[in-house]
Amino acid sequence: MDNIYHYLNLLFIESYKILFLLIPILVTVAMIVWLDRRVWALVQKRRGPNVVGPFGLFQSLADALKYIFKEIIIPASSNKVIFILAPVTTMTLALIAWAVIPFDVNFVLADINVGILYLFAVSSLGVYGIIMGGWASNSKYPFLGAIRSAAQMVSYEVSIGIIIINVLLCVGSLNLTDIVLAQKKIWFIFPLFPMFVIFFISALAETNRPPFDLPEAEAELVAGYQTEYSGMMYAMFWLGEYANILLMCALGSILFLGGWLSPINIYPFTIIPGTLWLIFKILFLFLMFSLVKAIVPRYRYDQLMRLGWKIFLPFSLFWLVLTSSYLYYFNLLPTN
Amino acid sequence: MKFSRIIKTIFLLDFLTALILAIKEIFKPKKTINYPFEKGQISPRFRGEHALRRYPNGEERCIACKLCEAVCPAQAITIESTERDDGSRKTTRYDIDMLKCIYCGLCEESCPVDAIVQGPNFEFATETREELYYNKEKLLDNGDRWESLLAANIKADKPFR
Repeated sequence: MDNIYHYLNLLFIESYKILFLLIPILVTVAMIVWLDRRVWALVQKRRGPNVVGPFGLFQSLADALKYIFKEIIIPASSNKVIFILAPVTTMTLALIAWAVIPFDVNFVLADINVGILYLFAVSSLGVYGIIMGGWASNSKYPFLGAIRSAAQMVSYEVSIGIIIINVLLCVGSLNLTDIVLAQKKIWFIFPLFPMFVIFFISALAETNRPPFDLPEAEAELVAGYQTEYSGMMYAMFWLGEYANILLMCALGSILFLGGWLSPINIYPFTIIPGTLWLIFKILFLFLMFSLVKAIVPRYRYDQLMRLGWKIFLPFSLFWLVLTSSYLYYFNLLPTN
Repeated sequence: MKFSRIIKTIFLLDFLTALILAIKEIFKPKKTINYPFEKGQISPRFRGEHALRRYPNGEERCIACKLCEAVCPAQAITIESTERDDGSRKTTRYDIDMLKCIYCGLCEESCPVDAIVQGPNFEFATETREELYYNKEKLLDNGDRWESLLAANIKADKPFR
């Protein structure tokens, strides 16, 4: 009997923890969609959403409400189970990855020792949601979009993996908290700046953001793998996509921008809590994401592949050799 | 490839220029307006929602000559007429199918007495198709509602007709 109570207690505590993490993330995703649209509009000298709530902040909530009340249309010739499973997969995978993101020392849902590996595995699985959606729609545009997306995500995952190895060489641990703590002296963006640039560009490709939004290229593929989706299912794809973008921003700030650490470890900076610093960094990276969306034209497919395989992969491999030789030569290899 | 071009590509100079440009653009005045709250200028010739006008004494202008019906390229206008007790010819039915109408303005141009006009109103969306089959009553009602603007617009456009 005692045992059952113990487990129930544990279950409740964990559920509260998960809710405490998930709800802020979902709200942030909604706000970030607004920010994205607003920045895009401002760069183009438009006003953007500014009617619902103060500065139009509740626009995404209004959109969500609209999506909830819309009819969900399932194409007659689609593979219904997979069709419904696809957006669920996308959103779930985008959200479970947040479990290992540390917001401060000991402020993390699951402080596992292979955190970065877990993140990498989950983001690799993300491509399944898109492929399932494209395949199950049984329609040409979603199918083409899904194929493009799969090839693109697989290609850029390779260079992201090697960039992460670069960082891991300097840290000597796969734990995300350790990665942040290793940057106490200097953020990795300074010694590994080219890697940060490549990471940023690969993250754009990984999350299907412009200029690499070929899977949903409006001009060619209607809406890519989302073409046949409507109502809440479309909204789930959309939520998953933005949660993924946010995750990539969080990963970028943890790997290169020192996570929750303040830029300078002196008085006026240290009173701001670490979580806030992490949020600032994520927002800064996201701002870059949306500015890039506004200024860069879409890549052609062969250019995309060329960039991934012929430039980023060799260059990050070269940098990997450089980093490891440097660390070895100057006896800086982390020991633990 | 030229050396300067290689430098440009490696250091993403084009990209940085674009980024700075984009950030500058953010603080420039906006080119768009807050549509439902503020509206743009429209010309006196604007071809919006139709209206049938009346003379100041309340008599309808339309003499049922059916020129507009004949000229309408979309055949959106249907007119039936009869002779009234005082010997004048007046319409008994004047329907415009606003869904067929292409807003070309030929009805307005062909009208010898300025009875059928296209006013400045463009916000007449409805929830059903039926509401967009305008009859004479609706058109006359429109005319009464917009008369001051319609008269002013016709006056402003007079030198060019």
